[in-house]
Amino acid sequence: MICVEGIDGSGKSTQLLLLERWLRAGGYPVHFTEWNSSRLVRRSMQRGKKKNLLTPTTFSLLHAVDFADRLTYQILPPLKAGMIVLADRYVYTAFARDVARGVHPDWVRAVYSPALRPDLTLYFRVPIDISLERLLSGRAKLKYHEAGMDVGLSADPVESFRMFQSRVLEIYDQLTTEFGMRPIDATAEIPNQQRVVRTMVQEILRDYDRERANGKNGVTSQPR
Amino acid sequence: MASHRSRAKTWYGHGLPYLAKKRLPGHLIAIEGTDGVGRSAQIELLRPWLELEGYAVSNTGWTRSPLLSETINEAKAGHQLTVTTFSLLYAADFADRLEHEILPALQAGFIVIADRYMYTAFARNSVMGADPDWTREVFGMALVPDLVLYLDIDLEALVPRVIMGKGMDYWESGMHLALGTDLFDSFERYQSRLIDEYRRLSSEFGFISVDARLPIEQLQGELRKHIAEYLSGANGKPRPDSGDNRASPRKE
Repeated sequence: MICVEGIDGSGKSTQLLLLERWLRAGGYPVHFTEWNSSRLVRRSMQRGKKKNLLTPTTFSLLHAVDFADRLTYQILPPLKAGMIVLADRYVYTAFARDVARGVHPDWVRAVYSPALRPDLTLYFRVPIDISLERLLSGRAKLKYHEAGMDVGLSADPVESFRMFQSRVLEIYDQLTTEFGMRPIDATAEIPNQQRVVRTMVQEILRDYDRERANGKNGVTSQPR
Repeated sequence: MASHRSRAKTWYGHGLPYLAKKRLPGHLIAIEGTDGVGRSAQIELLRPWLELEGYAVSNTGWTRSPLLSETINEAKAGHQLTVTTFSLLYAADFADRLEHEILPALQAGFIVIADRYMYTAFARNSVMGADPDWTREVFGMALVPDLVLYLDIDLEALVPRVIMGKGMDYWESGMHLALGTDLFDSFERYQSRLIDEYRRLSSEFGFISVDARLPIEQLQGELRKHIAEYLSGANGKPRPDSGDNRASPRKE
Protein backbone atom coordinates (compact mmCIF):
# COMPACT_ATOMS: atom_id res chain seq x y z
CA MET A 1 0.00 0.00 0.00
CA ILE A 2 1.63 3.16 -1.25
CA CYS A 3 0.06 6.59 -1.09
CA VAL A 4 0.88 10.15 -2.01
CA GLU A 5 -0.03 13.26 -0.08
CA GLY A 6 0.42 16.99 -0.53
CA ILE A 7 -1.56 20.17 -1.11
CA ASP A 8 -3.30 20.89 -4.42
CA GLY A 9 -0.74 21.71 -7.08
CA SER A 10 2.10 19.84 -5.39
CA GLY A 11 2.44 17.53 -8.39
CA LYS A 12 1.70 14.34 -6.46
CA SER A 13 -0.74 12.92 -9.02
CA THR A 14 1.81 13.32 -11.79
CA GLN A 15 4.40 11.53 -9.70
CA LEU A 16 2.00 8.73 -8.85
CA LEU A 17 1.15 8.26 -12.53
CA LEU A 18 4.84 7.95 -13.39
CA LEU A 19 5.31 5.48 -10.58
CA GLU A 20 2.37 3.42 -11.82
CA ARG A 21 3.82 3.27 -15.35
CA TRP A 22 7.13 2.07 -13.98
CA LEU A 23 5.59 -0.57 -11.71
CA ARG A 24 3.39 -1.92 -14.50
CA ALA A 25 6.37 -2.06 -16.84
CA GLY A 26 8.17 -4.05 -14.14
CA GLY A 27 5.35 -6.61 -14.18
CA TYR A 28 3.80 -5.68 -10.84
CA PRO A 29 0.04 -6.05 -10.37
CA VAL A 30 -1.13 -2.54 -9.52
CA HIS A 31 -4.46 -1.07 -8.49
CA PHE A 32 -5.04 2.69 -8.43
CA THR A 33 -7.56 4.47 -6.21
CA GLU A 34 -8.27 8.13 -5.78
CA TRP A 35 -9.65 10.34 -2.99
CA ASN A 36 -13.31 11.32 -3.36
CA SER A 37 -14.05 9.01 -6.26
CA SER A 38 -16.71 6.61 -4.99
CA ARG A 39 -20.14 6.80 -6.55
CA LEU A 40 -21.83 6.38 -3.19
CA VAL A 41 -21.58 10.00 -2.07
CA ARG A 42 -21.00 11.70 -5.41
CA ARG A 43 -24.45 13.21 -5.56
CA SER A 44 -24.40 14.47 -1.97
CA MET A 45 -20.94 15.89 -2.50
CA GLN A 46 -21.98 17.71 -5.68
CA ARG A 47 -25.17 19.01 -4.14
CA GLY A 48 -23.37 20.08 -0.97
CA LYS A 49 -20.66 21.91 -2.88
CA LYS A 50 -22.97 23.54 -5.39
CA LYS A 51 -25.49 24.78 -2.87
CA ASN A 52 -22.86 25.48 -0.28
CA LEU A 53 -24.52 23.21 2.27
CA LEU A 54 -21.36 21.62 3.62
CA THR A 55 -20.06 22.35 7.07
CA PRO A 56 -16.59 21.24 8.22
CA THR A 57 -18.20 18.21 9.88
CA THR A 58 -20.38 17.06 6.99
CA PHE A 59 -17.54 17.77 4.54
CA SER A 60 -15.38 15.49 6.67
CA LEU A 61 -18.00 12.76 7.07
CA LEU A 62 -18.85 12.62 3.36
CA HIS A 63 -15.18 12.10 2.59
CA ALA A 64 -15.07 9.44 5.28
CA VAL A 65 -17.96 7.60 3.60
CA ASP A 66 -16.10 7.81 0.30
CA PHE A 67 -12.99 6.45 1.96
CA ALA A 68 -14.73 3.63 3.81
CA ASP A 69 -16.49 2.59 0.62
CA ARG A 70 -13.21 2.50 -1.31
CA LEU A 71 -11.53 0.69 1.57
CA THR A 72 -14.02 -2.16 1.21
CA TYR A 73 -14.26 -2.29 -2.57
CA GLN A 74 -11.04 -0.76 -3.91
CA ILE A 75 -8.31 -1.14 -1.32
CA LEU A 76 -8.72 -4.32 0.73
CA PRO A 77 -9.54 -6.80 -2.08
CA PRO A 78 -6.46 -5.97 -4.20
CA LEU A 79 -4.26 -6.02 -1.09
CA LYS A 80 -5.62 -9.40 -0.09
CA ALA A 81 -4.93 -10.59 -3.61
CA GLY A 82 -1.32 -9.55 -3.14
CA MET A 83 -1.46 -6.54 -5.43
CA ILE A 84 0.12 -3.15 -4.96
CA VAL A 85 -2.41 -0.42 -4.21
CA LEU A 86 -1.54 3.13 -5.19
CA ALA A 87 -3.66 5.78 -3.50
CA ASP A 88 -3.83 9.38 -4.59
CA ARG A 89 -4.41 10.95 -1.17
CA TYR A 90 -5.13 8.94 1.94
CA VAL A 91 -6.41 9.61 5.47
CA TYR A 92 -3.72 12.25 6.05
CA THR A 93 -5.58 14.49 3.60
CA ALA A 94 -8.53 14.43 5.99
CA PHE A 95 -6.28 14.88 9.01
CA ALA A 96 -4.78 18.00 7.41
CA ARG A 97 -7.68 19.59 5.53
CA ASP A 98 -10.53 18.87 7.90
CA VAL A 99 -8.55 20.06 10.88
CA ALA A 100 -7.63 23.22 8.93
CA ARG A 101 -11.41 23.66 8.50
CA GLY A 102 -11.86 23.39 12.25
CA VAL A 103 -12.84 19.85 13.23
CA HIS A 104 -11.12 18.31 16.23
CA PRO A 105 -7.93 16.38 15.35
CA ASP A 106 -8.84 13.48 17.66
CA TRP A 107 -12.33 13.25 16.21
CA VAL A 108 -11.16 12.95 12.62
CA ARG A 109 -8.55 10.35 13.60
CA ALA A 110 -11.28 8.34 15.34
CA VAL A 111 -13.57 8.58 12.31
CA TYR A 112 -10.83 7.14 10.11
CA SER A 113 -9.69 4.48 12.57
CA PRO A 114 -10.98 1.61 10.35
CA ALA A 115 -8.23 2.55 7.87
CA LEU A 116 -5.03 0.57 7.66
CA ARG A 117 -1.60 2.06 7.77
CA PRO A 118 0.11 2.33 4.37
CA ASP A 119 3.52 0.74 3.81
CA LEU A 120 4.79 3.97 2.34
CA THR A 121 3.43 7.52 2.31
CA LEU A 122 5.15 10.03 0.08
CA TYR A 123 4.60 13.64 1.05
CA PHE A 124 5.16 16.16 -1.73
CA ARG A 125 6.17 19.34 -0.04
CA VAL A 126 5.79 22.57 -1.96
CA PRO A 127 5.59 26.27 -1.01
CA ILE A 128 2.17 27.91 -1.49
CA ASP A 129 3.36 30.25 -4.25
CA ILE A 130 4.57 27.44 -6.45
CA SER A 131 1.40 25.41 -6.05
CA LEU A 132 -0.68 28.52 -6.81
CA GLU A 133 1.36 29.19 -9.93
CA ARG A 134 0.89 25.61 -11.12
CA LEU A 135 -2.85 25.61 -10.48
CA LEU A 136 -3.48 28.98 -12.10
CA SER A 137 -1.43 28.15 -15.19
CA GLY A 138 -3.60 25.10 -15.83
CA ARG A 139 -7.01 26.70 -15.46
CA ALA A 140 -8.83 30.01 -15.20
CA LYS A 141 -9.56 30.04 -11.48
CA LEU A 142 -9.26 28.19 -8.21
CA LYS A 143 -12.05 25.90 -7.05
CA TYR A 144 -14.18 27.12 -4.17
CA HIS A 145 -13.25 24.41 -1.65
CA GLU A 146 -9.68 24.05 -2.85
CA ALA A 147 -9.25 27.76 -2.03
CA GLY A 148 -10.91 27.13 1.35
CA MET A 149 -13.53 29.78 0.54
CA ASP A 150 -15.99 27.93 2.78
CA VAL A 151 -13.82 28.74 5.79
CA GLY A 152 -14.35 32.46 5.24
CA LEU A 153 -10.75 33.58 5.67
CA SER A 154 -10.86 36.03 2.79
CA ALA A 155 -13.30 37.04 0.04
CA ASP A 156 -10.47 36.96 -2.48
CA PRO A 157 -9.94 33.39 -3.77
CA VAL A 158 -6.17 33.71 -4.19
CA GLU A 159 -5.71 35.25 -0.77
CA SER A 160 -8.04 32.64 0.73
CA PHE A 161 -6.09 29.84 -0.95
CA ARG A 162 -2.87 31.22 0.45
CA MET A 163 -4.23 31.42 4.00
CA PHE A 164 -6.10 28.13 3.98
CA GLN A 165 -3.43 26.06 2.26
CA SER A 166 -0.77 27.52 4.58
CA ARG A 167 -2.72 26.04 7.47
CA VAL A 168 -2.96 22.73 5.63
CA LEU A 169 0.75 22.80 4.90
CA GLU A 170 1.59 23.45 8.53
CA ILE A 171 -0.52 20.47 9.64
CA TYR A 172 0.99 18.24 6.95
CA ASP A 173 4.41 19.07 8.34
CA GLN A 174 3.31 17.95 11.80
CA LEU A 175 1.79 14.78 10.36
CA THR A 176 5.07 13.95 8.63
CA THR A 177 6.69 13.19 11.97
CA GLU A 178 3.58 11.74 13.60
CA PHE A 179 3.00 9.16 10.85
CA GLY A 180 6.43 8.79 9.33
CA MET A 181 5.55 10.21 5.93
CA ARG A 182 8.54 10.49 3.60
CA PRO A 183 8.93 14.10 2.50
CA ILE A 184 9.90 14.83 -1.09
CA ASP A 185 10.98 18.20 -2.40
CA ALA A 186 8.19 18.94 -4.85
CA THR A 187 9.96 21.99 -6.27
CA ALA A 188 12.58 19.77 -7.92
CA GLU A 189 12.45 18.77 -11.60
CA ILE A 190 9.85 16.11 -12.32
CA PRO A 191 12.32 13.35 -13.36
CA ASN A 192 14.49 14.04 -10.33
CA GLN A 193 11.54 13.69 -7.99
CA GLN A 194 10.50 10.49 -9.73
CA ARG A 195 13.99 9.07 -9.26
CA VAL A 196 13.69 9.65 -5.50
CA VAL A 197 10.20 8.12 -5.51
CA ARG A 198 11.33 4.99 -7.33
CA THR A 199 14.27 4.52 -4.97
CA MET A 200 11.97 4.68 -1.95
CA VAL A 201 9.48 2.31 -3.55
CA GLN A 202 12.22 -0.13 -4.52
CA GLU A 203 13.26 -0.24 -0.88
CA ILE A 204 9.84 -1.34 0.36
CA LEU A 205 9.39 -3.72 -2.57
CA ARG A 206 12.34 -5.80 -1.49
CA ASP A 207 10.21 -7.71 1.03
CA TYR A 208 7.34 -7.87 -1.40
CA ASP A 209 9.55 -9.40 -4.10
CA ARG A 210 10.88 -12.01 -1.69
CA GLU A 211 7.38 -12.94 -0.57
CA ARG A 212 6.18 -13.14 -4.15
CA ALA A 213 9.06 -15.41 -5.02
CA ASN A 214 8.01 -17.67 -2.15
CA GLY A 215 4.44 -17.63 -3.41
CA LYS A 216 3.17 -15.89 -0.31
CA ASN A 217 0.64 -13.52 -1.76
CA GLY A 218 -1.32 -11.15 0.36
CA VAL A 219 1.32 -10.77 3.05
CA THR A 220 1.40 -7.01 2.53
CA SER A 221 -2.31 -6.73 3.27
CA GLN A 222 -1.86 -7.23 7.00
CA PRO A 223 -2.53 -4.01 8.87
CA ARG A 224 0.44 -2.83 10.84
CA MET B 1 -46.26 25.14 33.12
CA ALA B 2 -44.11 27.23 35.38
CA SER B 3 -41.43 29.51 34.04
CA HIS B 4 -37.99 28.05 33.91
CA ARG B 5 -34.43 28.77 32.97
CA SER B 6 -32.67 26.42 30.64
CA ARG B 7 -29.81 24.36 31.84
CA ALA B 8 -26.33 24.37 30.32
CA LYS B 9 -26.06 22.19 27.24
CA THR B 10 -23.27 19.69 26.92
CA TRP B 11 -21.67 18.00 23.93
CA TYR B 12 -21.32 14.27 23.81
CA GLY B 13 -17.66 14.38 22.78
CA HIS B 14 -15.55 17.06 21.12
CA GLY B 15 -18.62 18.84 19.76
CA LEU B 16 -18.14 21.33 16.95
CA PRO B 17 -14.98 23.25 17.92
CA TYR B 18 -15.22 25.67 14.98
CA LEU B 19 -18.59 27.05 16.04
CA ALA B 20 -18.62 30.18 18.13
CA LYS B 21 -20.08 29.51 21.54
CA LYS B 22 -23.65 30.61 21.47
CA ARG B 23 -26.44 30.58 23.95
CA LEU B 24 -28.85 27.73 23.29
CA PRO B 25 -31.93 28.65 25.29
CA GLY B 26 -34.19 26.11 23.55
CA HIS B 27 -34.86 22.54 24.61
CA LEU B 28 -33.81 19.39 22.85
CA ILE B 29 -36.13 16.45 23.38
CA ALA B 30 -35.32 13.15 21.71
CA ILE B 31 -37.89 10.42 21.15
CA GLU B 32 -36.26 7.02 20.83
CA GLY B 33 -37.69 3.60 20.15
CA THR B 34 -37.48 0.84 17.60
CA ASP B 35 -39.10 0.73 14.16
CA GLY B 36 -42.89 0.74 14.17
CA VAL B 37 -43.27 1.58 17.85
CA GLY B 38 -45.32 4.69 17.07
CA ARG B 39 -42.82 7.52 17.47
CA SER B 40 -44.08 9.71 14.63
CA ALA B 41 -47.74 9.45 15.62
CA GLN B 42 -46.82 10.56 19.13
CA ILE B 43 -44.68 13.43 17.87
CA GLU B 44 -47.54 14.65 15.70
CA LEU B 45 -49.69 14.90 18.82
CA LEU B 46 -47.01 16.58 20.91
CA ARG B 47 -46.54 19.51 18.61
CA PRO B 48 -50.04 21.08 18.73
CA TRP B 49 -50.10 20.58 22.48
CA LEU B 50 -46.78 22.37 23.00
CA GLU B 51 -47.80 25.14 20.63
CA LEU B 52 -51.01 25.64 22.56
CA GLU B 53 -48.85 25.95 25.67
CA GLY B 54 -46.99 28.74 23.91
CA TYR B 55 -43.83 26.95 22.84
CA ALA B 56 -42.44 27.16 19.32
CA VAL B 57 -41.63 23.67 18.09
CA SER B 58 -39.25 22.37 15.47
CA ASN B 59 -39.15 18.76 14.33
CA THR B 60 -36.22 16.82 13.01
CA GLY B 61 -35.99 13.20 12.03
CA TRP B 62 -33.46 10.56 11.11
CA THR B 63 -32.34 10.57 7.42
CA ARG B 64 -34.30 13.70 6.64
CA SER B 65 -31.38 15.96 5.83
CA PRO B 66 -31.47 17.67 2.43
CA LEU B 67 -27.82 16.75 1.94
CA LEU B 68 -28.04 13.01 2.54
CA SER B 69 -31.59 11.70 2.37
CA GLU B 70 -31.50 10.87 -1.36
CA THR B 71 -28.08 9.30 -1.10
CA ILE B 72 -29.16 7.11 1.81
CA ASN B 73 -32.34 5.98 0.06
CA GLU B 74 -30.43 5.20 -3.11
CA ALA B 75 -27.74 3.35 -1.23
CA LYS B 76 -30.33 1.29 0.62
CA ALA B 77 -31.96 0.41 -2.69
CA GLY B 78 -28.69 -1.11 -3.88
CA HIS B 79 -26.51 -3.55 -1.98
CA GLN B 80 -23.38 -1.58 -1.62
CA LEU B 81 -23.39 -0.51 2.01
CA THR B 82 -21.13 -1.90 4.70
CA VAL B 83 -21.58 -1.38 8.43
CA THR B 84 -18.99 1.38 8.27
CA THR B 85 -20.43 3.31 5.33
CA PHE B 86 -23.92 2.84 6.75
CA SER B 87 -22.86 4.37 10.06
CA LEU B 88 -20.96 7.23 8.48
CA LEU B 89 -23.85 8.13 6.18
CA TYR B 90 -26.17 8.31 9.17
CA ALA B 91 -23.59 10.36 11.05
CA ALA B 92 -23.35 12.79 8.12
CA ASP B 93 -27.14 13.04 7.96
CA PHE B 94 -27.19 13.69 11.68
CA ALA B 95 -24.46 16.35 11.53
CA ASP B 96 -26.21 18.12 8.67
CA ARG B 97 -29.44 18.33 10.64
CA LEU B 98 -27.61 19.24 13.83
CA GLU B 99 -25.94 22.26 12.28
CA HIS B 100 -28.71 23.40 9.95
CA GLU B 101 -31.84 22.58 11.95
CA ILE B 102 -31.25 21.66 15.57
CA LEU B 103 -28.69 24.25 16.70
CA PRO B 104 -30.33 27.24 14.96
CA ALA B 105 -33.71 26.29 16.44
CA LEU B 106 -32.23 25.87 19.93
CA GLN B 107 -30.51 29.20 19.57
CA ALA B 108 -33.84 30.77 18.68
CA GLY B 109 -35.38 29.27 21.81
CA PHE B 110 -37.47 26.54 20.16
CA ILE B 111 -38.30 23.15 21.52
CA VAL B 112 -36.70 20.69 19.13
CA ILE B 113 -38.32 17.28 18.99
CA ALA B 114 -35.98 14.76 17.42
CA ASP B 115 -37.54 11.63 15.99
CA ARG B 116 -34.64 9.29 16.87
CA TYR B 117 -31.27 10.58 18.01
CA MET B 118 -27.69 9.25 18.18
CA TYR B 119 -28.81 6.36 20.42
CA THR B 120 -30.51 4.79 17.40
CA ALA B 121 -27.11 4.68 15.72
CA PHE B 122 -25.56 3.23 18.89
CA ALA B 123 -28.21 0.50 19.04
CA ARG B 124 -28.19 -0.41 15.35
CA ASN B 125 -24.45 -0.30 14.95
CA SER B 126 -23.81 -2.57 17.84
CA VAL B 127 -26.40 -5.06 16.55
CA MET B 128 -24.72 -4.86 13.13
CA GLY B 129 -21.37 -5.58 14.71
CA ALA B 130 -19.63 -2.22 14.43
CA ASP B 131 -17.16 -1.32 17.16
CA PRO B 132 -19.33 0.49 19.75
CA ASP B 133 -16.46 2.76 20.83
CA TRP B 134 -15.94 3.84 17.26
CA THR B 135 -19.63 4.72 16.81
CA ARG B 136 -19.58 6.77 19.96
CA GLU B 137 -16.47 8.65 18.93
CA VAL B 138 -17.96 9.45 15.53
CA PHE B 139 -21.01 10.93 17.27
CA GLY B 140 -18.79 13.02 19.54
CA MET B 141 -20.01 16.04 17.56
CA ALA B 142 -23.52 15.60 18.97
CA LEU B 143 -25.27 17.78 21.50
CA VAL B 144 -26.61 15.82 24.48
CA PRO B 145 -30.44 16.09 24.58
CA ASP B 146 -32.12 17.66 27.59
CA LEU B 147 -34.60 14.82 27.72
CA VAL B 148 -34.74 11.40 26.08
CA LEU B 149 -38.10 9.67 26.04
CA TYR B 150 -37.85 6.01 25.18
CA LEU B 151 -40.90 4.24 23.80
CA ASP B 152 -40.38 0.79 25.19
CA ILE B 153 -42.11 -2.20 23.66
CA ASP B 154 -41.60 -5.95 23.68
CA LEU B 155 -41.39 -8.07 20.57
CA GLU B 156 -44.82 -9.67 21.12
CA ALA B 157 -46.55 -6.29 21.03
CA LEU B 158 -44.36 -4.93 18.26
CA VAL B 159 -45.01 -7.66 15.68
CA PRO B 160 -48.77 -7.11 15.14
CA ARG B 161 -48.24 -3.34 15.18
CA VAL B 162 -45.70 -3.53 12.37
CA ILE B 163 -47.72 -6.01 10.34
CA MET B 164 -50.87 -3.90 10.62
CA GLY B 165 -48.85 -0.76 9.97
CA LYS B 166 -46.60 -0.48 6.96
CA GLY B 167 -45.51 -4.10 7.03
CA MET B 168 -42.11 -5.66 7.62
CA ASP B 169 -39.46 -4.16 5.40
CA TYR B 170 -36.08 -5.48 4.37
CA TRP B 171 -33.93 -3.21 6.54
CA GLU B 172 -36.10 -3.10 9.64
CA SER B 173 -36.14 -6.87 9.53
CA GLY B 174 -32.37 -6.91 9.49
CA MET B 175 -32.28 -8.95 6.27
CA HIS B 176 -28.94 -7.25 5.49
CA LEU B 177 -27.45 -9.11 8.42
CA ALA B 178 -28.25 -12.45 6.80
CA LEU B 179 -29.76 -13.82 10.01
CA GLY B 180 -31.85 -16.17 7.92
CA THR B 181 -33.86 -16.31 4.72
CA ASP B 182 -37.27 -15.96 6.33
CA LEU B 183 -38.39 -12.36 6.71
CA PHE B 184 -40.50 -12.97 9.80
CA ASP B 185 -37.81 -14.95 11.64
CA SER B 186 -35.20 -12.38 10.73
CA PHE B 187 -37.46 -9.56 11.93
CA GLU B 188 -37.93 -11.27 15.28
CA ARG B 189 -34.23 -11.91 15.76
CA TYR B 190 -33.12 -8.47 14.64
CA GLN B 191 -35.75 -6.51 16.54
CA SER B 192 -35.30 -8.43 19.76
CA ARG B 193 -31.56 -7.72 19.65
CA LEU B 194 -32.33 -4.10 18.92
CA ILE B 195 -34.79 -3.83 21.80
CA ASP B 196 -32.26 -5.41 24.17
CA GLU B 197 -29.71 -2.86 23.06
CA TYR B 198 -32.11 0.09 23.46
CA ARG B 199 -32.94 -1.08 26.97
CA ARG B 200 -29.27 -1.30 27.83
CA LEU B 201 -28.73 2.21 26.50
CA SER B 202 -31.79 3.40 28.38
CA SER B 203 -30.21 2.58 31.71
CA GLU B 204 -26.76 3.73 30.65
CA PHE B 205 -27.94 7.17 29.48
CA GLY B 206 -30.89 7.64 31.80
CA PHE B 207 -33.73 7.69 29.27
CA ILE B 208 -37.21 8.13 30.59
CA SER B 209 -38.88 4.91 29.56
CA VAL B 210 -42.59 4.85 28.76
CA ASP B 211 -44.67 1.79 28.03
CA ALA B 212 -45.40 1.94 24.30
CA ARG B 213 -47.98 -0.85 24.57
CA LEU B 214 -50.42 1.66 26.00
CA PRO B 215 -53.23 2.96 23.78
CA ILE B 216 -52.19 5.96 21.77
CA GLU B 217 -53.96 8.63 23.89
CA GLN B 218 -52.73 7.20 27.14
CA LEU B 219 -49.18 7.00 25.85
CA GLN B 220 -49.47 10.61 24.73
CA GLY B 221 -50.59 11.53 28.22
CA GLU B 222 -47.50 9.88 29.69
CA LEU B 223 -45.19 11.71 27.31
CA ARG B 224 -46.84 15.05 28.04
CA LYS B 225 -46.51 14.45 31.75
CA HIS B 226 -42.76 13.86 31.46
CA ILE B 227 -42.23 16.80 29.13
CA ALA B 228 -44.22 19.13 31.38
CA GLU B 229 -42.20 17.94 34.34
CA TYR B 230 -38.98 18.61 32.54
CA LEU B 231 -40.12 22.02 31.35
CA SER B 232 -41.16 23.16 34.76
CA GLY B 233 -37.91 21.96 36.18
CA ALA B 234 -39.87 19.81 38.60
CA ASN B 235 -37.70 16.76 38.28
CA GLY B 236 -35.14 18.15 40.64
CA LYS B 237 -32.50 19.27 38.14
CA PRO B 238 -30.71 22.33 39.42
CA ARG B 239 -30.53 25.12 36.86
CA PRO B 240 -27.48 27.34 36.83
CA ASP B 241 -27.66 31.00 36.01
CA SER B 242 -28.35 31.82 32.40
CA GLY B 243 -24.99 33.59 32.14
CA ASP B 244 -23.45 30.17 32.44
CA ASN B 245 -25.66 28.82 29.75
CA ARG B 246 -23.11 28.39 27.04
CA ALA B 247 -22.31 25.40 24.93
CA SER B 248 -18.96 24.21 26.09
CA PRO B 249 -16.78 22.11 23.80
CA ARG B 250 -16.72 19.26 26.23
CA LYS B 251 -18.38 18.40 29.48
CA GLU B 252 -15.74 18.46 32.15
